[in-house]
Amino acid sequence: MKHIKTMANSCINKGAGTGCGECQASCQSACKTSCTVANQSCQNKGEKVFNPARKNG
Amino acid sequence: MVHTFCVDGRYLALDVDSGTVHMLDELGYEVVSRWEEQSEEEIVSALSSRFPEEEIREVAGEVRALQESGTLFSYDEDLHRAPQETDPGVIKAMCLLVAHDCNLRCRYCFASTGTFHGKRLLMPEEIGRKALDFLVARSGSRRHLEVDFFGGEPMLNFEVVKKLVAYGRELEKKHGKVFRFTITTNAYSLTDEDIDFFNREMSNVVLSVDGRKETHDAMRPTADGQGSWERAMANAKKVVAKRGQKDYYVRGTFTRKSLDFSKDVLALADQGFEQVSVEPVVLSPDSPYSLLPEHLPGILEQYDLLYKEYVRRRADGRWFSFFHFCVDLNGGPCIKKRLSGCGAGVEYVAVTADGEIFPCHQFVGRQGFAMGSVLTGKIDEDLRREFASAHVLNKEKCASCWARLYCTGGCAANAQAFHGDLRKPYEMECEMEKKRLECAIAVQAAEWDGE
Repeated sequence: MKHIKTMANSCINKGAGTGCGECQASCQSACKTSCTVANQSCQNKGEKVFNPARKNG
Repeated sequence: MVHTFCVDGRYLALDVDSGTVHMLDELGYEVVSRWEEQSEEEIVSALSSRFPEEEIREVAGEVRALQESGTLFSYDEDLHRAPQETDPGVIKAMCLLVAHDCNLRCRYCFASTGTFHGKRLLMPEEIGRKALDFLVARSGSRRHLEVDFFGGEPMLNFEVVKKLVAYGRELEKKHGKVFRFTITTNAYSLTDEDIDFFNREMSNVVLSVDGRKETHDAMRPTADGQGSWERAMANAKKVVAKRGQKDYYVRGTFTRKSLDFSKDVLALADQGFEQVSVEPVVLSPDSPYSLLPEHLPGILEQYDLLYKEYVRRRADGRWFSFFHFCVDLNGGPCIKKRLSGCGAGVEYVAVTADGEIFPCHQFVGRQGFAMGSVLTGKIDEDLRREFASAHVLNKEKCASCWARLYCTGGCAANAQAFHGDLRKPYEMECEMEKKRLECAIAVQAAEWDGE
């Protein structure tokens, strides 16, 4: 497409097997005063978005 | 619903229900922004003085194709219909207030310099053990359990922290659990042995440093009124130098006295920290340090300034991660997590030094929110249900908000403090969160574009 380029596909994960609750409670990370899950990853998918190992990847 | 926005000349669209993100040119932005309100003919008419009609119709064709593929103006009924009953389920995370005391006297401390508006108190080992027993007993089949050693300053009771970690390891073997321990410390008094213990046992370490020396020292004096930056900074660096690839955060707070907080974020990056979080202070409006609605435009501008420098630094080899500019656009949490949020009072609780249970650390001492005790093992299930039902789909203001699947309806403690209602989010927090999320998406766009 010329005017609209899709950068990231659907990330609203409704698939089977979700909701296991094994992920981190969001407030336990680094905020303690805000509320966001945007930067969290699914425990079952592994990699975290803020992992320094990704910086060169 | 589609949210269109522009950050530093970059046009973007977030399709809310699918989570798809699109990069647009200026014409694409103009058309998509009007699509739900105007017909194609009205859009052509509105834009034809600035763009050729043929191109406007070309964009309309692209919009229709994306609509058909379910990635633009998508609608998912499940994301708009609140469940009738909300089962609070298990408890998996705990904030353990091991010290209601602190060696600093931070002027903005929500816990009243560590006392939580009560007596200075240290958690006895026995109460800590009962808290961990309670967590295991209430965790059902959840394998991963989280415990954050918090205060006050948890290093004032570090011998108990060490004993509780050892006890947690025993419980892991006995019950097939995995404890992820975290410690949140002001880093003022750390020995090499303490640091080695952190790096061996703590899944995450949160180090409280506010950024520039002048910002930090103005807000975080010691009990005898001295600045604490030099020692805290030196110790924080030591922790990180020995931490390898394990998680940590250097976490600051900004206030009315440091409204140019982007400089504090960058100051922490300049000190070599790669995982940085700087959070807005939350205080009642009558505090001289609180953030007020009139400060909001300047705060949002600071995020814009930070965005520009952040993208520049990450591109030129000075990579660092700012907590609120991270977003996982290709995976991220499942929909259950996106709807239920932080889990305060539901799957996450705070336990005071004398064993009382509160929905989270921010609720400690608030009238009507003591919800049980680890000594009796009892917890108020009605209150848990009330928190569980205060999820994003039950919040009127969130229903029309594009950010609802990322912020999950905001902080319950802020909602209660500012509106006396768990279902009415605190507006300042909403505006900041939306801005940060726009920046986070734009960071990914800039880096995606640059590859």
